[in-house]
Amino acid sequence: MNARLHRCGEHAVLVELDRLEEVVALYDALAADPPPGVVGIVPAARTVLVRFEPPARHAMVESAILAVRPAGGRRATADEVVIPVVYDGADLADVAALTGLTEREVVAVHTGTLWTVAFCGFAPGFGYLIGGGPRLAVPRRPESRVRVPTGAVGLAGEFSGVYPRESPGGWQLIGRTETAVWDIAADPPALLRPGVRVRFTEES
Amino acid sequence: MNESRRALVVLAPGPLTTVQDLGRRRHGHLGVGRSGAADRGALRLANRLLANPEDAACLEVTLGGLRARATGDLLVALTGAPCPAIVTDAEGRPRGIGHASVERLPDGATLRLGVPPRGLRTYLAVRGGIDVPEVLGSRATDLLSGLGPERPAPGSVLPVGPAPADFPVADLAPVPQPESGVLTLAVIPGPRHDWFTPEALTALCAEPYEVTAHSDRVGMRLRGPRLERAREGELPSEGMVPGALQVPPSGQPTLFLADHPVTGGYPVIAVLRDADVDRAAQARPGQRVRFRLTAGVRVAGG
Repeated sequence: MNARLHRCGEHAVLVELDRLEEVVALYDALAADPPPGVVGIVPAARTVLVRFEPPARHAMVESAILAVRPAGGRRATADEVVIPVVYDGADLADVAALTGLTEREVVAVHTGTLWTVAFCGFAPGFGYLIGGGPRLAVPRRPESRVRVPTGAVGLAGEFSGVYPRESPGGWQLIGRTETAVWDIAADPPALLRPGVRVRFTEES
Repeated sequence: MNESRRALVVLAPGPLTTVQDLGRRRHGHLGVGRSGAADRGALRLANRLLANPEDAACLEVTLGGLRARATGDLLVALTGAPCPAIVTDAEGRPRGIGHASVERLPDGATLRLGVPPRGLRTYLAVRGGIDVPEVLGSRATDLLSGLGPERPAPGSVLPVGPAPADFPVADLAPVPQPESGVLTLAVIPGPRHDWFTPEALTALCAEPYEVTAHSDRVGMRLRGPRLERAREGELPSEGMVPGALQVPPSGQPTLFLADHPVTGGYPVIAVLRDADVDRAAQARPGQRVRFRLTAGVRVAGG
């Protein structure tokens, strides 16, 4: 693991890695056994932000991060969820054109992939799912939509995701689900937490 | 009066009033930001004056304008931006009350806050704390993600919690006022200063930036010297902290405050020292801020 450490103000370290898989592995290891004083661990596409509070100091936290030996392989304890999707998204035809697949093949790849939540961001409960590989990789829409409905299922880059609530958004929409991915009354409130595995099924 | 029925009844919220505490910790990995008071030191002080726990929920009042009536006898304290504060009792007799001091708001009395002559955000704490329901362990309103209590509106009843066992130990706290001139803020370079030309850090600290009207609890958009990038390309989104100076393609930095996004896709050239995030949160649109590199940090190439 080639980790580059960047100090981020007085109380955070940004750990930069070469691959998303390394981010996932480091996040897992840190979340399972956080160094003393660490109050927040935010994984993203190529980085893990580690926030701490006094009396922890940069040097202590940095050496703890560099001492982490991430376990290889798939997360042993990860939850798996099934999300039924109606594949009638407004951008399904565009996704087919961009990927060179038919619409039915897009659905087949999306449902045939075991996705994993790499990280969350953009909005509470918005999980960035990986696992589809290059077959479904598409750019974001040229123009962001002002209003994407709750439950919209989309693609952008190497990721798939489900909009937790109505919001603006620029992802290519391929379908919709009734499954609530964000519920503040639930504990935890996010269905799609880092490490959770997701299988989409087609509902007609 | 049954203590459990004590409340603040909002008559007018002013331009922007929200309920805030010290925010949500440990939910960043779910895409949930910390939020909480923009000037955390001011909220802590208001609570300490009343012997509340430091993280009790208060009202964050932006540019004054709040009018609220007490149900039951309340003890209150105002901190942050000092503003004219008038208490009118149930018989209609007005009196001014002090700043950063322990004041009584008798049953039926109305508190009216004027516009602060300097500073931006005033904190109104009540002994016992504002007792609205918690969301994910906090009563903070996150205006970016929409989490937390609704913004108080005319007629909102904000319940007040039971008074803590401890008594206030001081009548007032002598604290410096928010500065009205050019605000000097200490920054620490990074985490992405290497995405900029060596001159960019020098430019950041050379001339003051103006706080624009496009500023809110999410962040302050600044206008001033343009910060030039040394490398092109997209930065994959990465975790952000309060006080981060994020630089979009315009070269004009945005200073992130309490409701900042959990992750962002533009490089951060420098981060404010923690104590200066509170001071920055009191800067008003039109005010100027000057950045100063933290002692002991060398400017690359300078």
